[in-house]
Amino acid sequence: MTNAILELKEFTVRDAIFAIGTNATDCHPLIGVYMLEAHARGTKLIVADPRRTELAKHADIWLRHRPGTDVALLNGMMHVILTESLMDRDFIAARTENFDALRETVLAYPPERASAITHVPADKIAAAARMFARAENAATYYTMGITQHVTGVDNVLSVSNLALLTGNLGKPKAGVNPLRGQNNVQGACDMGALPNVFPAYQPVTDDKIREKFEKAWGVPLSGKPGLTIPDVLHGLEHGSVKALFIFGENPMRSDPDINHVKHCMENVDFSPLKEARFIVVQDLFLTETAEIADVVLPGASFAEKDGTFSNTERRVQRVRQAVAPVGKPDWLILTELMRAMGTKADYAGPEAVFDEMRTLAPSYAGISYARLEQGGIPWPCPNESHPGTPILHVGKCNRGPGLFCAVDFKPPAENPDESYPLILTTGRVAAHYHTGTMTRRCWGLDAAHPEESLEIHPEDAARLGIAHDDPIRVTTRRGTLTTKANVTTRVPVGTTFISFHFSETPGNILTNSAADPISKTPEYKVCAVRVERARA
Amino acid sequence: MESVVTTCPYCGCGCSFTLNVEGGEIVSAVPQVDNVVNLGRLCLKGRFGFDFVHHKDRLRTPLVRRNGTLEEATWDEAYGVIAERFADIRKKHGPDAIAAFSSARCTNEENYLLQKLMRAVVGTNNIDHCARL
Repeated sequence: MTNAILELKEFTVRDAIFAIGTNATDCHPLIGVYMLEAHARGTKLIVADPRRTELAKHADIWLRHRPGTDVALLNGMMHVILTESLMDRDFIAARTENFDALRETVLAYPPERASAITHVPADKIAAAARMFARAENAATYYTMGITQHVTGVDNVLSVSNLALLTGNLGKPKAGVNPLRGQNNVQGACDMGALPNVFPAYQPVTDDKIREKFEKAWGVPLSGKPGLTIPDVLHGLEHGSVKALFIFGENPMRSDPDINHVKHCMENVDFSPLKEARFIVVQDLFLTETAEIADVVLPGASFAEKDGTFSNTERRVQRVRQAVAPVGKPDWLILTELMRAMGTKADYAGPEAVFDEMRTLAPSYAGISYARLEQGGIPWPCPNESHPGTPILHVGKCNRGPGLFCAVDFKPPAENPDESYPLILTTGRVAAHYHTGTMTRRCWGLDAAHPEESLEIHPEDAARLGIAHDDPIRVTTRRGTLTTKANVTTRVPVGTTFISFHFSETPGNILTNSAADPISKTPEYKVCAVRVERARA
Repeated sequence: MESVVTTCPYCGCGCSFTLNVEGGEIVSAVPQVDNVVNLGRLCLKGRFGFDFVHHKDRLRTPLVRRNGTLEEATWDEAYGVIAERFADIRKKHGPDAIAAFSSARCTNEENYLLQKLMRAVVGTNNIDHCARL
């Protein structure tokens, strides 16, 4: 997030919240509640979502767009802002570049054309644009409804264009605010668990940066960017990757098209050598992924170890051990493994690891365990007297001028046809988390949401002879599963929804691994599906 | 009863809560009031989502596959197998034949250590995690 969560407490009747592709009340309940509280105080709430989420029910304007049409929707809104001169001319002149290119592209999306693509009435697109642009401050929040598309990067750039166009960046109650799905997905990125960057996003290809890390770690380092998750799976399939260490992940349920994931992970080496692959899994439970591993290391839960998590607003906060670990804390396992591999790794504890990290990661340099005793600190925090940075891009953008990136609408990778006539979109429910390995072992949560079902609109269900709670078979080009029908107007006609929390009805057996060419994020949010009544 | 203030392991909001512990087991989670994130609020996962910590299915010892079956092993045996296989593959195919998926559920310190292990010990930048998924 460019901005802080608690700003939501400060929104007034003059401000607006734009929630696009985020089911915050289910997936980020705290932020969802703060949004609804702001709306109850009179803050304008604009929601763009194909599903009738809790936020959509409360919205002043609900844009029920067809899955995968976000660029057309946002370009349509920006068309109205430009043609009605609602943009922030001073901000554009002082703080941005490439505005002419944006104008040229966006002017090709009058609301009528955007409406034809998105199925949102043109007057609603215009009304949303006016509400957003006329607000004193307008903040955009998004989640995977924006990123999990073959146009994920284009979608994010469009959200950014809208913020720049209306001057909603670098000030309170504004910004571009991705709500991150996991406790420490922000931190895992910050720590350099990415193939192209060291900690704090320092490129592995930069000689000076690499020298710094070589000096600190005492070994020569590779300047060749590594493989992303999809590339690793491809490498396993084709024999160029021989070993994989999987730390606290369950790709056999969480990755798209899990029949293909299984094929890649299960010792099917098509290279001439026919060598077995070697897989290590470190996890709390014997997950579907651990079951096919060669070595399994028992991991520790959050309650069994010390450390830090960085939340979606970049705030670094302490994690503290409450109970004795069943096995060993993960930081200790990793240091013992480093020593077994012949490297010196003597850390007194997590604080020593953190202190080494912050000497190498400038945005974390000023954060210490001692300071965190007084509360979390949002990075960048360059020195110990710096208070942290709740709002990014104040005064000027990190890169210099804010860059408008003109993007055209591109359709999803797989669209409904005669054989697979409906759209399937996927997501989460409030009671569960990811592949359910933790939440389905909590009695209160399992009781709150004990089984999977597919949301399908009454018109589609009636045409297919399906009643509420009927057993149904759900099939895509990649796989099939049997579940129950949840006949509901929460989804629009022609669109169905399933989660990926349930191992026995894994939603990701259905999803498409087609991915954004830059981010490599798969299109979990749109594929074509066939639904039929199954025998009871 | 002991009480420990910590951070929720579920979504990215980062709510703070107190874990109340009795006889070595977590008995309740109570939201923190005096912080700058959740101000006394907590969702159903934060409040009721800790049973898994003490679940009977938890893995307690390392497992190593022998003759096709995962069997219990000591920590040193498990580390030994990993170190040996990684060294062997590295020698035959180079460091880029080895990859790791890190964890968005685990701490900053652990993510730092795993990327250091891959970069400084194995010698590859093949480290990624589910952020892109």
